[in-house]
Amino acid sequence: MKVLDRRLNPKSKSLGNRQRFVRRAKAHIREAVGEALKRRKVSEVEGSEEISIRSKDLKEPSFTFDRERGEREYVLPGNESFRPGDQILRPPSSAGAGGAEGSPDGEGEDSFVFTLSKEEFLEIFFEDLALPNLAKRKLKKMNSPMLTRAGFQSEGPPSKVNKIATMRKSLARRIALSRPKLAEIEALEKALAEAEKAGDEKRAAALRDELHRKRTRRRAIAFIDPIDLRYNRFERKPRPTTQAVMFCLMDASASMTEELKDLAKRFFMLLHVFLTRHYREVDLVFIRHTSSAMEVDEDTFFYGRATGGTVVSTALEEMRRIVKARYPVDDWNIYAAQASDGHNFRDDMPSTLRLLDQHILPICQYYAYIEVGDDGLLDDGERMSVLWQGYEQLVARHDNFSLAQVLEPSEIFPVFHDLFAGPERAA
Amino acid sequence: MARGKKRARPLFEGSEWTFELIRKSYDAIEEVALGELGLDVYANQIELITAEQMLDAYAAIGMPLMYRHWTFGKRFAREELLYRKGVQALAYELVINSDPCVSYIMEENTMTMQALVIAHAAFGHNHFFKNNYLFRQWTRAEYVLDYLAFAKGYVAKCEERYGIDAVEAVLDSAHALMSHGVSRYARRRKPSEKMRRDKARARREHEERTFDDLWRTVPERTKKGRRRKTLSRRHLEHAKSIEELGLPEENLLAFLERHAPKLEDWQRELIRIVRSLAQYFYPQRQTKMMNEGCATFVHYEIMNRLFEKGLLTQGAMLEFLHMHSSVITQPGFNDRRFSGINPYALGFAMMRDIQRICETPSEEDREWFPEIAGNGDALATLRDAWADYRDESFVLQFLSPRVIRDLRLFAISDDAEEPFLTVEAIHEEEGYKRIRQTLARQYDLAYQEPDIQVIDANLKGNRRLVLRHLVRDGKLLEKNECSRTLRHVAELWGYRVRLVEVCAETGKTLKEYDALPLP
Repeated sequence: MKVLDRRLNPKSKSLGNRQRFVRRAKAHIREAVGEALKRRKVSEVEGSEEISIRSKDLKEPSFTFDRERGEREYVLPGNESFRPGDQILRPPSSAGAGGAEGSPDGEGEDSFVFTLSKEEFLEIFFEDLALPNLAKRKLKKMNSPMLTRAGFQSEGPPSKVNKIATMRKSLARRIALSRPKLAEIEALEKALAEAEKAGDEKRAAALRDELHRKRTRRRAIAFIDPIDLRYNRFERKPRPTTQAVMFCLMDASASMTEELKDLAKRFFMLLHVFLTRHYREVDLVFIRHTSSAMEVDEDTFFYGRATGGTVVSTALEEMRRIVKARYPVDDWNIYAAQASDGHNFRDDMPSTLRLLDQHILPICQYYAYIEVGDDGLLDDGERMSVLWQGYEQLVARHDNFSLAQVLEPSEIFPVFHDLFAGPERAA
Repeated sequence: MARGKKRARPLFEGSEWTFELIRKSYDAIEEVALGELGLDVYANQIELITAEQMLDAYAAIGMPLMYRHWTFGKRFAREELLYRKGVQALAYELVINSDPCVSYIMEENTMTMQALVIAHAAFGHNHFFKNNYLFRQWTRAEYVLDYLAFAKGYVAKCEERYGIDAVEAVLDSAHALMSHGVSRYARRRKPSEKMRRDKARARREHEERTFDDLWRTVPERTKKGRRRKTLSRRHLEHAKSIEELGLPEENLLAFLERHAPKLEDWQRELIRIVRSLAQYFYPQRQTKMMNEGCATFVHYEIMNRLFEKGLLTQGAMLEFLHMHSSVITQPGFNDRRFSGINPYALGFAMMRDIQRICETPSEEDREWFPEIAGNGDALATLRDAWADYRDESFVLQFLSPRVIRDLRLFAISDDAEEPFLTVEAIHEEEGYKRIRQTLARQYDLAYQEPDIQVIDANLKGNRRLVLRHLVRDGKLLEKNECSRTLRHVAELWGYRVRLVEVCAETGKTLKEYDALPLP
């Protein structure tokens, strides 16, 4: 009898099965993810999610009897007062007698609830999204080297010993130095024993001599010598990465109510998660503006409080300054996303439009504008906010400029999806 | 001590287990199992696992190794949910029919439970696996784990080479036919090439010797008296090809594996893997009740004997009895917890009853079981039963009036056309035989599963495959399931597939299905 402790064995052996399952159920899961997203808070965008999908489509068919047809006879336990010949009204199919032929597979599983991990959730969430027009490729600073195999080396840590290469060297050396094999020695020993038995002293002496010589040689030549050792060699290879920077511009003025800010933040939150996940090398620049603009860090951008008037051009000016200072246009793919409620100081519009038209849009790969809230919405659904009207003139002239509106949280994902749907959108 | 008998020290006290205690208990249990009960087991290997690993094992239908497929992922997700929500507790143990026999026990168990599990799985199930004729005939315990390792590797390699989707498609289709991928009868030994040639020559010689051209001129008559047309060449060829294909064939997977015209070798091998699995599990499905009954009887016997020897504390014994009785509970048909006949309960009740019949039979028993009543050797009788029966024949042979009365079994007939069910028999003199037969049939897989066979396959012309479902008692196939499954058959076959449902008594065709593979 053997008792083995398997508790330390690797867990989640069925990870591969799970991946296949998620893959299989993807269509349903995506639907469910969309549903789930509506209920989420900003701070929860990045988290695991319990979703439920209909299991009907995941059911594996087999040849089974139709329970509503034919005659059956079966035995049940626990008779209380029945007599032979009694007739019982058929119970509703799920209860009572129905269980008698219940398949062990379990019937009546309508929806199938399970938890997606954060990874799986985001995987599905951002599937088929991409930054458009990643055109300018340039080797970025060497900060993302990749380890690649590069042959063998004769020194290294024991954990990297390459057994095959080592044994090959050892074998070659043993053959070259003609190290006697164990079988040879055994054969000699046998011959010696026979010779001794036969009393052939002369032959025995010769054999003994030979044996001694071979044994010494065998001892002198090691089976594995330090010079045989070979180690796997790895080299750090710089990986070419595409440089990209995303400017996030947000209106933080007083007209942006808490709800509107929440909408805008949700959008940027998505953008942030999407970029950090899919483009690890993307630089993010956060600019928030009231009547003046300021580059801020992530935390301040999402959680800071500041209010004031609204002058959009300040933000664009700030962006232009940063591009000039840090992101040479020839080397960088530049993206921008702007969120606002559509208000702007009227006198500022001409300079805003000029900045966009002449300076910002020409250097951007893609510029997305999201208008939140229904302030600018007329009764007939037409958008009449200051910014929207101004921007609409530009859309015709610039392919890389998109406008979208978001009225409530549930729309954020579809809008986001539209803005970044697949690499072919910009074509 | 005041007691006359010298009592041994208990094996363990308290609920904590250690490896040493497990070893010690195992030895004591082994002594009882082999020495007193006369069990014959494979070498044991006991493995300690965590709850999570148990869930893993669940998902892989209880096997330690399994190829990758989404259905196992789905199963895992479901089991995990049920476990997490507290709907369902995990099994205390899991045992694999292999040599050595691997039993998993969980680290959460108390020491009493570990002892119980060892008695139950490592001896009860193990003995059954090693001795029951179905397992002996159909499974090769010593190769199981190796084969699974091969299957896992092979599926992974195919995924790498042909893509996950292609592999998944074949496995999906094969899984759908799993319950019809079993050979029920041992294969007839194939005659050797020489024997066949000799036979053919003998036949030819016979024909030559008895040839008489006159016979050709005699008109053949059929039953209806009309002249039968001489069989055309095509018909003859067709009949011959059907014979060559070994039709009718009930093992759909085997037939497809051998004869589906479009499959590649690796696809055939995948089908073969699924088929081997189905075959491996076939004995288990036929002996579920006996297997659990045997294991329950064995653990009950062993724990009691250990207690008598003073090797178990009273606390441990109480804990054991509590678990034991919850395992063998049989709720009545109208109870909310009812979900069919509990195999543990029925198996255990019948086996205890056999013990009673052998040792202290009543008049009734002598009348019903003249061969075993009062023979005094219950264990030998049980060992024979464990070796030579499956659920169906075991019930037919050994279900006694006493057990029928104890469980208050009654038989119901259910005609879907009628609005009510009829009670056919209850636990009384006139009803015993009927209940026994009905219950036995309930355990007969051949009766519980649709009888579907390949009856025709045209390999030369339009390549259509024809399946036939012999309908008994008007039990037709479920429509949706049937068309979906048939589509899987068509996927594997590669051409049009037809399924006809034919009434077994009248031969009338009741329903037809057609399926084409997706282009």
